[in-house]
Amino acid sequence: MQTVRKKFKAEPFLFHTFNYLIMLLLVVVTLYPFLNTLAISFNAGVDTTRGGIYIWPREWTLKNYEAVFLTGNVIDAFWVSVARTVIGTVASVFLTAMLAYTISRKEFMFRKPVTLLFVLTMYFSAGLIPSFFLIKDLNLLNNFLVYILFPGATAGLVSAFNMLVVRTYMHTLPESLVESAKMDGAGDFKVFISIILPLCTPVLATISLFTAVFQWNQWFDTFIFASSKQELSTLQYELIRLLSSSVNFNSNPNVSSTAAKDLATLVTPLSIRAAITIVASIPILVVYPLLQRHFVSGLKLGGVKE
Amino acid sequence: MPQQTVHKVEVNPQSVRRTNTYWSRMIRQRQLILMSLPMVLYVFLFAYVPIWGWMMAFQQFKPGFSIFEQTWVGFDQFSFLFTDDSFIRVIRNTIAMSVISLVLGFVTAVGLALLLNEIKQTGIKRFIQTISYLPHFLSWVIVTGLVSMALSTDGGIINDVLMKLHIINEPILWLGEGKYFWGIVGLSNVWKEVGWNTIIYLAAITSIDPSQYEAAEVDGAGRFRKIWNVTLPGIRPVIVILLIMNVGWILNGGGFEIQYFLGNGQVLDWSETIDIFVLKYGLKIGNYSLGVAAGIFKTLVSIVLLYCANIIAKRLGEERII
Repeated sequence: MQTVRKKFKAEPFLFHTFNYLIMLLLVVVTLYPFLNTLAISFNAGVDTTRGGIYIWPREWTLKNYEAVFLTGNVIDAFWVSVARTVIGTVASVFLTAMLAYTISRKEFMFRKPVTLLFVLTMYFSAGLIPSFFLIKDLNLLNNFLVYILFPGATAGLVSAFNMLVVRTYMHTLPESLVESAKMDGAGDFKVFISIILPLCTPVLATISLFTAVFQWNQWFDTFIFASSKQELSTLQYELIRLLSSSVNFNSNPNVSSTAAKDLATLVTPLSIRAAITIVASIPILVVYPLLQRHFVSGLKLGGVKE
Repeated sequence: MPQQTVHKVEVNPQSVRRTNTYWSRMIRQRQLILMSLPMVLYVFLFAYVPIWGWMMAFQQFKPGFSIFEQTWVGFDQFSFLFTDDSFIRVIRNTIAMSVISLVLGFVTAVGLALLLNEIKQTGIKRFIQTISYLPHFLSWVIVTGLVSMALSTDGGIINDVLMKLHIINEPILWLGEGKYFWGIVGLSNVWKEVGWNTIIYLAAITSIDPSQYEAAEVDGAGRFRKIWNVTLPGIRPVIVILLIMNVGWILNGGGFEIQYFLGNGQVLDWSETIDIFVLKYGLKIGNYSLGVAAGIFKTLVSIVLLYCANIIAKRLGEERII
């Protein structure tokens, strides 16, 4: 008994020290690359090439950001990203919720086949090339609608995973709500809009976040379906161009004014990339901590139960 | 309706009544049907209609002609694929990177969830969790950019740290050598998703009945005994379900974007996966038929794997996914 007690005193201390060290390591490894990029984005481009920038800028400047926004492409791309994220999320969340409502109704005669039709799409796709020909035949190439109807080159307007999450949530709502509304003569659509939808706010917040992140981070559809139309370029796609191009930013033809050309001698490809990386990630990084409680419970619904 | 009548004639009045109730049910549920119809048509058009294009895999498809005017070649594309050394290598890479990412991902996420669960200060725990979710929200474009920056030979943090610790004497060209590539893919996946993947395990851990821990304590079990004998068995069903779901994705190669952005000419033999192969043949080389054949192979194998995993799960008495 004595030995047990002794062990109990030393063990928690050692364990917790070890545990907090691991957690510290986790936090550092997670944050460092991001903080490093942030520092580089605020540091004078030429100075960065000397090396030694870790998490704090040495020569503070806003020139990198000025250069990013002067190219014009980035601002346009930013608004395309915003538009596809807002429209794509609203449409997807509403349609997903409506479909989830129908398959949450136990009496619905096509409940099983409809569920299966969507769940199969999680594992199954016709593949890139046939999809490309479909989009081409539908005249959706170089068309903004492709971002809404075929995001990420998948039939992602209605996501099967999100649908299951919402359906599982709807099952937790009391059945009597629907029954009494129907007794009063309300149809399913009315029940869905005025009773179920407002009660689903937490889970809708969750899938809105998932969908918005998916839309915002998407680049593949731009690359495959809309790369020949500059007006449809998105922020992520502009970032890829910069990351993969060996073309120096200084020779960018879009930098037209003399002021911008002066600016261009001060920045480097690395510092520009850092600035765009920050611009492309800030919107989501600001939003996600606020929704943390919601998406954690949303994931529980989707993962543990289905 | 006409087909139904044909059946009805030779059977008996009972089925007439059944058909009637079928139709009357449809009429009663017309709102539910109308609410689901747009999305059913949508998913049918965008996810199922393109399967029509699979015909290309049995042709030598030439752009500019309709699908009916093509030369039929039977299984030639498939036999070319499976005798081609480069495709065999592509399959090897795909499976290797999937398995590495899957195993590393599971072990780290379960491990991190167990360690997080031992932290009793809610504030600190929530803070660490919030930080750990961050990379999940970044796009792969950004993440691969960060990875290649960290691995750079010119002031990259990894080489920096390893040299300061005197583990290596000169910077290693991490992304220029094939032997490192699979590991980099696995670890990048871990970096991006480990925090996110703990959510589900932590949820499962909190649903374990506390009396089980109390009982273990009475039996004199210490921290590690409790983890081994109570926590891990408690989250076993979740682990099994997630494993099964992931089996269906094994031919995704641990993600497509990561190889697309980090792969380069020097590591091609290690980085090329089925998805990249399809993209290369489909868009760059223009050999659509071969690309489609590779895509069909991938889809069919995924479905078979998922089906098998589903059956195994049923045998083990776990919940099935479909």
